[in-house]
Amino acid sequence: MVNKLITFNESKSLFQDKMTIMSGGFMGVGTPEKIVEAILESEANELTLITNDTSFENNGVGPLIANNRIAKVVTSHIGTNRATGRKMISKELEVELVPQGTLAERIRAGGAGLGGFLTPTGVGTVVEKDKQVMQIEGKKYILETPLKADIAIIKAYKADKSGNLVYRQSARNFNPLIALAAKLVIVQAEHIVEIGELDPECIVTPNVLVDKILI
Amino acid sequence: MNKTLISAKERIAQRVAQELQNGDLVNLGIGLPTLIPSYISNNIQVTFQSENGFIGLSSVEDNVSPDLVNAGGQPAGIKQGGAFFDSAFSFELIRGGHVDVTVLGGLEVDQEGNLANWIIPGKLVPGMGGAMDLVTGAKKVIIAMEHLSKKEEPKIVKKCKLPLTGSNVVDMIVTELAVFKIENKELTLIELMPGVGVDEVRDKTEADFNIHEDIKTKIN
Repeated sequence: MVNKLITFNESKSLFQDKMTIMSGGFMGVGTPEKIVEAILESEANELTLITNDTSFENNGVGPLIANNRIAKVVTSHIGTNRATGRKMISKELEVELVPQGTLAERIRAGGAGLGGFLTPTGVGTVVEKDKQVMQIEGKKYILETPLKADIAIIKAYKADKSGNLVYRQSARNFNPLIALAAKLVIVQAEHIVEIGELDPECIVTPNVLVDKILI
Repeated sequence: MNKTLISAKERIAQRVAQELQNGDLVNLGIGLPTLIPSYISNNIQVTFQSENGFIGLSSVEDNVSPDLVNAGGQPAGIKQGGAFFDSAFSFELIRGGHVDVTVLGGLEVDQEGNLANWIIPGKLVPGMGGAMDLVTGAKKVIIAMEHLSKKEEPKIVKKCKLPLTGSNVVDMIVTELAVFKIENKELTLIELMPGVGVDEVRDKTEADFNIHEDIKTKIN
């Protein structure tokens, strides 16, 4: 069996300048904060971050923005992290705002090998700008493109040593989606268990998608 | 705290609660709409969706879990029979038309049913979160908001000036003064709150609106 377990220090070297990173989490819930810490302690700069929201300045993915590690963020909500708004206005940070459902589906499309999808969300709004609008059966849709990343950082409730994952409650959110959409998938789990301890019927993210598990 | 403000919001929440029907799947926006559950009749059962990934949203139980929050990031509970899912599924429920009613706040609503509630350029740029998907996908879109802005300006306008959340998406507006419906890009006053007259509503509304027959009968 491939050993997927890595230490906190080993994980730091995985992050390089200008990488695109996807993170799970909704207002910090379901964000692997230890891995966020590893990025902060790594040398990586000018990162692109894809995440539901930029959380708060001091939790979730928020510190990555507050500490100037992000050049661009693709997200649906920045209202709770004042650093994001401030840096957007001063042009230190590029912000692409995407409706939450469209963001989830763009990641899903990226992970599912699709070239994009047609959504009615945003028709008649600024979201339409510079995008193809198509009429299907009399209804207007926007063509939205897939999102992919170099690294996905995931928070799981339990991981077995082969990388099978289960989540807990609303901490699931974007985590199962980003597991499919990145070249390298790193997991922080609350509990690491032996292979066989997780019921195969209940596994949400199968081990074939997971590359590294933080111990 | 401003006492009249609280009662205005509660009056709105109470009225919106009457629109919910037995068996409905409902998504409530943050702020004012979160007052609604306490006004729902015990005779009906309504299921709430939290767009961060579950149905069966309830107020917080005794044992607070750090992994269980509502769409505003606040501690939440889940009812027996509830279910968790990921964000893509959550928005399949929303976009796919499986949510019966969404209740959201508004900065501006215009007479054609356009809604602006996600950005004030140059001032406030929180992002749209799930609002654009909700107004596009929910079967019924109710805007629950105070009739006037904090600057005492009408929020129900002829044409939205702020960037839109959705185009021709609003079905109903409930304020502390009145209830309007919007059908085929036409705004109609269908109900007055107790003690409110048509003239007051007209004074405080910039939009053109029709007056429903029931109200005409009552005031004549």
